[in-house]
Amino acid sequence: METEALSGLERFAQTFLNWEVLVKYAPSILAGVGVTVWLSVLIILVGMTLGTLLACLRAYRVGPLSFLIVVFADVFRALPPLVVILLVFFGLPNAGIYLSAFMVLFVVLTLILAAFAEEILWAGITSVDKGQWEAARSTGLGFTQTLGYVILPQAMRLAIPPLTNRAIAITKMTALGTVIGVPDILNQATTAQSFSGNASPLLLAALAYVLLFLPFVIMSRWLERRYSWKKA
Amino acid sequence: MNAPTQRPSLEVRGLHKHFGTFHALKGVDISVEHSELVFVLGPSGSGKSTMLRCCNRLEEPDAGDIFLEGDPVTGKGVDLNAIRQRIGMVFQSFNLYPHLSARRNVTLALRKVLGQSRDEADARAMAALEQVGLADKSENLPAALSGGQQQRVAIARALALEPQVMLFDEPTSALDPELVGDVLAVMRELKETGMTMLVVSHEMQFAREAADRVIIMDDGQIVEQGSPERIFENPNHARTRSFLSRVTGGA
Repeated sequence: METEALSGLERFAQTFLNWEVLVKYAPSILAGVGVTVWLSVLIILVGMTLGTLLACLRAYRVGPLSFLIVVFADVFRALPPLVVILLVFFGLPNAGIYLSAFMVLFVVLTLILAAFAEEILWAGITSVDKGQWEAARSTGLGFTQTLGYVILPQAMRLAIPPLTNRAIAITKMTALGTVIGVPDILNQATTAQSFSGNASPLLLAALAYVLLFLPFVIMSRWLERRYSWKKA
Repeated sequence: MNAPTQRPSLEVRGLHKHFGTFHALKGVDISVEHSELVFVLGPSGSGKSTMLRCCNRLEEPDAGDIFLEGDPVTGKGVDLNAIRQRIGMVFQSFNLYPHLSARRNVTLALRKVLGQSRDEADARAMAALEQVGLADKSENLPAALSGGQQQRVAIARALALEPQVMLFDEPTSALDPELVGDVLAVMRELKETGMTMLVVSHEMQFAREAADRVIIMDDGQIVEQGSPERIFENPNHARTRSFLSRVTGGA
C-alpha cells in the first residue's frame, strides 16, 4: 500500500516537476512571457484609450454616433473572444487581408477591452451629478472642457476598480492566441509539452501566469478599497 | 462708479417656460439695477428657480428676452460661454468639484476660460478665497469642508470671474441652521462692494435687512414687488399675505 502511494507521488512529480524538462524549456517559456507581457501592455494602453474616447464621444449625444457606439460595445461584449479571433484569423485572408497572428490577437482583444471600457466609463459619466455640469458650464467652461476637467476625472474614479478587473480578465485571454499560433506563454508551454511528452512546462506556464497577474489582482483589490470612499 | 448706460444690469422681458404641459413661467419681467440686491420669494413650484436658471440659460426659455448690461443673453448668435462668465451662479447644493481643492475649484475657469497663467489664477483665487474668509482652507478638498465653507468656496469660484451679476439659487437651503450665518455674512459683504445680485431664497430676515427690493412670485408670475418694508409690513395681494403668513409661521 505504502510503496504504491509513494510511486503514485513519484509519478505525479515526474509528470509535473521534471527538473530536466523544466530547465530545458524554461527559456522558451520565458520568451513566451515576453510576448504575453508585450501584448498585454499594448492591449491595455490602446483598449483603454479607445474605450475612453468612445465613452466621451457618446457623451455628446449625437444620435447616430451614440447608436453606433452602443452597437459596437454590445456586439463585442456579446461575442465569445475565441469566436472573434478565429473569425478574423481564418476569415480575413479570404478577403485578401493578411494579418499576423500577433496582430489579430492584439486587434481583437483591444476591441473587446474597448467595448467593456466604454460601457464602464459611460456608466461613470452618467452617474456624475448633473449639478457638476451646471456649475462648470455656469462659469463659462464649454462642453468639452467640462467633460475633460470636471466630469471625466470623477467618472474615472468610479470606473477604476471595474476597469482594472476587466483589464485583467481580457489580458489573460492572450492565452487564446495559442490556437492561432501566437508564441505566448501557453503556446510555448504546450509546444514544450508535446515535444517532451511531459506536463512540467504547463505547470511552469501556470506559475508564470500567477506571477504575472497576481500583482494586478492584488492591486485591483487595493484600488477597490481606496476608491470606495464616500464622495464629497 | 456712475454707470453711463441707462439700462439695468440685468433685464428679463416676457419670459415663458414650459416643462411638458406644465407652464412654469407665464410672462415674467424683471429688471435688476446696478449694485441692487433683489430678492425673489414665493412658494415652491412658483417658478422662481426656473426664472433664475433661465438668466444664464441653464434652462432654455421658450419665449422672452434677457439682457446683461444691454447685451442679449438669449437668441441666436449669442456666445453662451462668453456671456456665462459674466454671470456668476451659486447653487443650493454648492456643486463644488469634489476632486479639486478649494483653490483649484476657483482657478479652473480662470485658467481654462479666461486663459490666465497659473500664477495669475492662483493669486486671483487666493484673493477670492480671502474675501469669503477661507484663504486658510485653500488646499482642502470639498469633502474636508463644512457645508457653509463649501458654499463660500462656491461663491469665491463665481466671484473670481468678476461677474457683472450674481445669481443665488437658494444658497442656504441645504445648510444646517448654524452654518447659514457665515454665508449670509459673505453675501452682505458682497452687496457692500457693489455687486449686483438676484437671490432666490427663503431667508426672510435676511431679505428684510439686506434686500433693496423684494419680488413675490406665484404660479409662474410676479404677484407684486417693492421695498422689503412695504412687502413685509403692508402687502397688497392676498397671495403675498398667505405666502408670508405660511413661511413666517403666522407670527
